[in-house]
Amino acid sequence: MLQQIEGSAAVAQAVAACRPQVIAAYPITPQTHIVEGLGDLVKRGLVEDCQFLNVESEFGAMSVCIGSSAAGARTYTATSSQGMLFMMEAVYNASGMGLPIVMTVGNRAIGPPINIWNDWSDSMAARDAAWIQLFVEDNQQAADVHVQAFRLAEAASLPVMVCMDGFILTHAYTRVDVPEQAAVDRFLPPLEPRQVLDPEAPITMGAMVGPEAFAEVRFLAHYKQLEALDLIPAHAAEFEAIFGRDSGGLLKSFEADGKDTVVVTMGSVVGTLKSVLADLRAQGESIGLLSIRSYRPFPREQLAAALAGAKRVIVFEKSLAVGMGGILAADVRMALADRSIRVHSVIGGLGGRPITRDNLRRMLDKGMRDELEEPHFHDLDVSVVQRELERLHEIQRPGPSAEAILLDIAGAPRAARSSK
Amino acid sequence: MFQVRIHGRGGQGVVTAAEMLSIAAFEEGKHSQAIPSFGSERMGAPVVAYVRIDDDPIEINEPVLRPDLLIIQDPTLFHAVDVFSGLAEEGFLLINTTRGLDELHIDAALERLPARHVYTVAATELAMQHLGRPTPNTALLGALTALFEILQLDSVITAINDKFSGDIATGNIAVARAAHDAVHTA
Repeated sequence: MLQQIEGSAAVAQAVAACRPQVIAAYPITPQTHIVEGLGDLVKRGLVEDCQFLNVESEFGAMSVCIGSSAAGARTYTATSSQGMLFMMEAVYNASGMGLPIVMTVGNRAIGPPINIWNDWSDSMAARDAAWIQLFVEDNQQAADVHVQAFRLAEAASLPVMVCMDGFILTHAYTRVDVPEQAAVDRFLPPLEPRQVLDPEAPITMGAMVGPEAFAEVRFLAHYKQLEALDLIPAHAAEFEAIFGRDSGGLLKSFEADGKDTVVVTMGSVVGTLKSVLADLRAQGESIGLLSIRSYRPFPREQLAAALAGAKRVIVFEKSLAVGMGGILAADVRMALADRSIRVHSVIGGLGGRPITRDNLRRMLDKGMRDELEEPHFHDLDVSVVQRELERLHEIQRPGPSAEAILLDIAGAPRAARSSK
Repeated sequence: MFQVRIHGRGGQGVVTAAEMLSIAAFEEGKHSQAIPSFGSERMGAPVVAYVRIDDDPIEINEPVLRPDLLIIQDPTLFHAVDVFSGLAEEGFLLINTTRGLDELHIDAALERLPARHVYTVAATELAMQHLGRPTPNTALLGALTALFEILQLDSVITAINDKFSGDIATGNIAVARAAHDAVHTA
């Protein structure tokens, strides 16, 4: 049904329509409204045969999810930021045991300095945890991709994260056609678990494996993810046939074909970029956009094919490998390893810094002339950094930079920024 | 595209106002987007929320930088935050105040705006009178419907019923109606 609805509420309704049997969650901003919404739907009896468990922590949430999924129940949770870190051991357990859990990540920065706003640090911290990671551009996709995530998780017997930008999507009110129960039932059959913990037929899940077979088990994890590269577009096509919406797939091209410059990114910045690139094309620039939906597994071949005609690629991402540079950029470079295409790495939107059409335009004007330094930190105030570096070098005990920079940008005198 | 920026303080329902405005626009068959700009969630701290309304789907996710309409829920913010930042030359201003414009000390900003583009409504007083709470948001939305053809009062009432129920909904609807009838043209 078409509604003007908060992104989190749309996701809660879409997940409820997937008939989850166990939901275990612990609140953390900005995903809280999703599990609050689901808790309300379960309490009002609107989700049949579903148990909602309030747990003591994120580690508890994922541990309950592992238990319930192992017992054959369709299982859901959500988290953000530090919550992801706290559950991390169990995150690896879920994928290592091949449990088809679906988890929403309301993408948020990781501190310190503490920051509740959006970037991709949390999903990237779990990048190598062998979960499938699907990034969404808007709240219609967020609702639709959750329905596909359960189908994918259960078909591949792998856990799936749906990554949606915190606040920008979770807290935005937009028009969403929330998937209806009857249509979801046509798309998503009841769970047929590939393995069930059953006292009548004992099995060992998570057996200890030594050097004699660990490589083979890990290869199989990699192989299963690559198999999902076929499942994702197949499910997206089937979803579109039932719902009439193109909201899945591995990656999506917005006039990228044959363009000299192609911007590669993920998530909600796609919408803003589309507007900027339309203006640039109207002025005669040859520039297009690729949005990656499936970050893990990474669609290497599909990306390379989509960039076949490009002269340069500008990778825009809300993530930073400290001491290295762009994370998504490194993936894109690996996909293009045998091509001579210039790849620029741009890191922006960290900790919720607004990404605007104006600042994107300034960055792209440089990028199209290959004038971006490597990596390029988008909208960085270099003067703030320089003043803090000077202070750090001059003072014997300079104290924490986070506090000093806040005082600096608030206009405090230099003396106030020095430790006593 | 019609862009709105709402300035207020934590506890005044700034974010809820933006959400209700987007629901009301949806009721009118428009595409709309409400985005909050959350800070640390403290009572009294400056809060901003953004709304876009258009006939076509809205793709951009940036904050509203060049508003067509500014809604000021607390006039003390004029001297605490750069509320006028980016306000369009033909922009509108709707202020919650019982005072005259000459008492607000914002002459420089007012001089830039065309005649009949600045309005005031005693939103907090109307809310206290009809709802018993100092939340000016629904009064300002009610006033909005008297000033702009883009929204009808009935749509705002639908939005209030979407967000609230029982006495709170009834009270807020009374507030919106009263503000609709009371808005002053400066």
